[in-house]
Order: sequence, then structure tokens, then C-alpha cells
Amino acid sequence: MILLALLVVPLVAAGLSAAIPVRRAAQTVTVLSSVTTLILASIVAMRVAAGGVEGTGATASPVIAIPGFLSADALSALITGLVAFVSAAAAIYSWGYMEHTCAQHPGRLRLYYANYNVFVFAMLAIPLVVEPTLVWIFVELTTLSSALLVSFEDTREALEAAWKYVTLSLMGAGIALLGLLMLFSALEAAGGGTYTWAGLLAIAPHMPAPLIATAFLLILVGFGTKVGLAPLHTWLPDAHSQAPSPVCAVLSGIETTSVLYVILRLLPVVRASPASTLIHWMPVVGLVSVGVAAFLLLQVRDYKRLFAFSTVEHMGIILVAASLGSAAAHYGALYQILCHTVTKSFCFFAAGAALLSVTTREIASVRGLIRRAPTAAATLLLGGLAIGGAPPLAVFLSEFSILKAGFAEGQYVIAGLLAAFIAVAFFGILLHINRMVFGAAPDPRGEETGHSTAAAPPLPLSCRAMLIVGGALVVLLGLYLPARLDDLLRLAAGAWSR
Amino acid sequence: MMSASSAASILASLNALAGGLFLLSAFAMVATRQTRGCLLLFIYQSLLLAASAFLLAGEYGSWHLAEVGVVNLISKPIVVPWILRRTLSSEVYTRREIDQVLNIPTSLTIALLLAILAYFLAVPILGAVAPPFRSANVPIGLAGLLLGAYTLAVRREAVPMLIGILAMENGAFFAGIALSRELPLIVELAIASDGLVLVFVSGVLVRTIQHRIGSTRVGELATLREAASPREEETA
Repeated sequence: MILLALLVVPLVAAGLSAAIPVRRAAQTVTVLSSVTTLILASIVAMRVAAGGVEGTGATASPVIAIPGFLSADALSALITGLVAFVSAAAAIYSWGYMEHTCAQHPGRLRLYYANYNVFVFAMLAIPLVVEPTLVWIFVELTTLSSALLVSFEDTREALEAAWKYVTLSLMGAGIALLGLLMLFSALEAAGGGTYTWAGLLAIAPHMPAPLIATAFLLILVGFGTKVGLAPLHTWLPDAHSQAPSPVCAVLSGIETTSVLYVILRLLPVVRASPASTLIHWMPVVGLVSVGVAAFLLLQVRDYKRLFAFSTVEHMGIILVAASLGSAAAHYGALYQILCHTVTKSFCFFAAGAALLSVTTREIASVRGLIRRAPTAAATLLLGGLAIGGAPPLAVFLSEFSILKAGFAEGQYVIAGLLAAFIAVAFFGILLHINRMVFGAAPDPRGEETGHSTAAAPPLPLSCRAMLIVGGALVVLLGLYLPARLDDLLRLAAGAWSR
Repeated sequence: MMSASSAASILASLNALAGGLFLLSAFAMVATRQTRGCLLLFIYQSLLLAASAFLLAGEYGSWHLAEVGVVNLISKPIVVPWILRRTLSSEVYTRREIDQVLNIPTSLTIALLLAILAYFLAVPILGAVAPPFRSANVPIGLAGLLLGAYTLAVRREAVPMLIGILAMENGAFFAGIALSRELPLIVELAIASDGLVLVFVSGVLVRTIQHRIGSTRVGELATLREAASPREEETA
């Protein structure tokens, strides 16, 4: 029941935000509903981590709502929890941010919130639905509901970004659809069974190799486009930089991960099938993304694109870790998913704060931010350090655990390259952020183009609140991982390496 | 018994005919120079997809495939053009010359190579499925998918690009109906309604682009890149 409630709440909120023409009703409804989903998702995660419900006793027993359609095991619970977390944080952040952005057209806010809630609904459904073709529909729905969010600011650039996003994602979806239909035929050829993730895993050893291999490659290319795996990432920095900042936080923080989840679900199936040699190529696919993103990071001109490229990099890291063989690497991949989501959403909150303060996205025209907008500057610096993987913070720990697992497995080339690319990306991110935050005071041109050196206007209250909460979580996650969360990660990793 | 098997073989050859026409419509979509022609070809292609679903339903005796046929017959040739007409102004369709990045003979040559590639990709797949389902649908559907993707890549006009996406989905289904015959109806309906939402959302987006930029030549939108000249400042 709780899983159904998780899906119904955002849908009701979408309807209400579109329907009630009262000022600030949409904001209130969205914040309330997303906090409710966060509580529900935490309950699901707690139950799964505690080892099951209603005395089933078995480890990692899923919370089942409708057998064959809706259920949550440890991996689903983790992704659901993260979706709920980011969408709640971004909903609160949106309150002040969007009111500021939409000052001229308050009526458009209802459109924003209605789309936002449908988007959240679709992302929550992806990990909870276990029928692969239905999952495809929800992936498609995330694209369609977020397209108008990406184009929300209605500038030429935003429309271009939205069009690229829609065409490339939908093209990928078409390819993935054939992959999923072929997966179904692989299931039938192997003797049938229920078309669910568990059903596929159970029958994987009997699947004909050409069918499962082709199906997996089609899904990898199709959904890989949506995840932003290089060289199919070209739309990602556009869409993730032109959307309003809270939407960027959701897109980069969790949407890409929730689609990557579908590929991650198939990895154990392929590993158990006669086409298991494919898995050995997956770290290469991941490394290409990490490498391409790390070097493109060096030459960005727009600080929101900086974080967008960092998302491409992290998707690659997760894919590399997930396709290594050991349980330690799988644990690292899941830990990385957790740390990346929390940190990246915070990075975009900080970038949004900077954008509100200086009204430009160009790195070159932002200098000495620490003097003009201390809050934005400090959070941007913390975000940059955290996402780059500076030592005491969470992403460092997760990346370290992945590298350690890689070396322990004897994958020296893969782990070595990964470490090198991560170092390049760290250097790239900090180079740009450092210039923006501490760079010499704005050049005289600043006054001419209207960028005064005077202190920036204060940030909206809800933005400041989310910056503080997000920053605290980023720091805390590096120091302390709650035992239940650790259990959840271990259960998910265990189920994966079976 | 004899008559049943000969009936099945007639259905199979009719299905092969539908497949041939399907592939032809995909080629024509690459070559056409008119937006309206593109849309018409998409409608023909969807009708052929529905026809193939009905023929395979008869051949295999599968109700699921007949449902696929009905859902496709209603959604794609009727509802999709209706939504497009409602969301977009008629000006979009009256434009005659829609250009491509490459000229048409080159495009057709590449399309031919893609179709041959699809055939070679399909051979190992056909080898892996049980004999009665080794139909021509798989290579033709794959070719439809690749040609749709190719159309999407070389077109610069929004509506033909959108139709390219829909053609890709048609191709995926054309192969899919031969491979997975027992897909639940709910999935079928969900995919069809998803296609309609797709057309609606993209239609709204195209309309906004038209209002804002004054044309639907989305190929000209190319400001977002790494080495771009510093663009106009945007206010948040």
C-alpha cells in the first residue's frame, strides 16, 4: 500500500497545482507532497534495510505492493529514497527561486509545479515498477514532463536545449524500446516466466546469447543517451545548464541516476547469461565517459555546464564500479550513487544562488564572488570541493572505495585510468571555481556591462535554508554514514553480486 | 489441417508484402521534400504496421497481436495527426521545400547501407528464436528504426524530426510484434498513450520555438557549445 501511496501523492499534487488558481497554492501543495513522499520513501527504505516486513525473516525481502508490477528491494529503495530527497529539497528551493525568476508571470508557476510533480511521479515509478516495458514508459514520461521544465525560462538557448534534450532522449527511447521487446523474446525463448527484473535474473542462464546481447546493447545505447554516457552526452550540458536551477538539481542529481538504474538492473542478468563476456567491456564504456567529461570540464565557459559535465563523469564512474566483479566495487558504486546525488543537487543549489546574485552564467565575468555574495561563494566552493572529491568529503570516500576495490581485484589499468581522470576533473572543477570565488576583483569592464561590484541582493529565504541543509548534509555524509543506510547499501550490493 | 496451413502461408506472404511496403515507406520518408508528405508517409507506415500485426495475429492465432493492431490503428494514423494539427499552425505544413544536411541521392545511398546493416544485425537474432517466428519483421523493423534515427539526424525542420522519432517507434514495434507476442495489453495501451503525450509535448515545444524564433528550423539553433562566442547575458 505504501508504494502505491508513494506514487499517488505526487500525481494528486500535480492535479492540485494545476487546478487551484490561488496564489502560492501550487508551491504549498508541492512542498507538502514532496515532504510526504520523502517520509514515505524513508519508511520503505527503513523497512527494507531492517530485513523485510511482516515477519518474512529472509534478508532483503522486498516490500511488495502488487506482485509482478510494484515492489521495492534494497536497490529500488535506495533510488526511491534519493528521488524523494532531491525532489523535496528542490521543491523547497524552488519556492524562493522560482518566485524570484517568475516575478513578471506568476501564473506560469502553476505550469511549472504541475510539470514538476508529474516529473517526480515518473522518477519515483522507475525504481518501484518491476515490469521492464512499463519502466520504459516512465523513463519516457520523465523526458516528456521535464521537457517543458527545461524550456521554462523561454529564452532562445533554453528552447534549443529543450529541443536537443527531447529529440535525443526520445531517439534513445525508441532504440531502448526495441531492446526491451527483444529482452521479452529472450525470456520467452528461454522458457518463459514473468517479465520482471527478478524473472529475468532467474531464467538468464537459459537465454540465447545473441538475443540477450543485442537486447542489452540496444538498451545500453538507448538509455545511455538519456543517462548522458559519452559520446551520447551532447544534449546533457545544454539541458542541465539552461533549465531553472532547482530543475537542474533534479535532472543532474537524480534523473540521470534513475535511468542508469535500469542499465544497472540488467548487469546481473547479463552476467548470469551466456553473453556474460559483454560485462568485461562495460568498464571501457564507463571510462570513456569519465575521460571525455574530465577533459571537457577544463574548457567550459559556463559554471552550470561545469557541474553538468561533472554529472557525465560521475555516471561513468558508477558504471565502471558496477561492472567490476567484486562485492566491494558494487558497494562502492551504490555509495557513489548516494554521495553524488546529495552533493550534485547541492552544487546546483549553490550555482543557482550564484546566478541569482550575479545574473550571469559565464565563468569569465564572475570574479571575486566571495566579496559580493559570500553565501553563494562559500557554498559554490564547498560544492566544487565536494563534487571534485576533496578528502574529508563524501565523494572522496566513495571514489576511494571504488579505486580500492578496483586495485584489489587486479584491474590496475581500469582503476589507474579512473584515478587519473578523477584527478583531472578535480583540477578542472577547482580551477574554475577558484577563479570565480577568489579571482581578482572584477575588471573595469564589469561596471560597463552593468555588473556592479556592489553587494548582491539577499537570497530568498527558502534558497538559503536549502543551502544550509544541503551543505550540512554534504559535510555530515563524509563524516558519518547512518547504520541503516549502510545496511541498505550492503543489501543492494549483496543482491547484485549474487 | 492442410487448408489451415495454406491459409497461414498466405498470411505469411501477405505479411511479407506489408513488410516490403513498410521498408519502402521508410525510404520514402528519407527522400521526401515536403512536411505534409512526411506526415502522410508516417500514416501509411502506421497502417502497414497495424496490418502486419493483424496478419501475424492470424498466423500465430494470438489475440494480443490483434489488440496491438487495433491500438495502433486508432492511435497513430488518426489521433497523432489530429494532435499535430491542433497544436501547430497550418503554416508548418504548407512549407514545401524542407532541406537536409545531405542531398537526397547521398541520403538514399546511406539509407540503403543502413538497411543492409539491419539485415546483418538481424541474422543472429533470427537464429536464436524458435522457427515459426523467424519472420522478415525483425530485419525490416530494425531497418525502420535505423532509418528513423537517420532522418532525425539529417533533418533541420522540427515536424519532420518529430515524425522521424515516431517512425523509429514504428520500426521498434514492427520488429517487436514478431518477437514478443504476449506483451500484456496494459503495456500496449501505455505505450500508445505515451506516443500521444510525446506528440503533444513536442508539439507544444515546437509551437513555443515558432513563437519565439519565428521559424521551426530547429537546425539553426546552435548557440550552445563549448567554444561559443560569449553570448548575451541572461537575467535569471
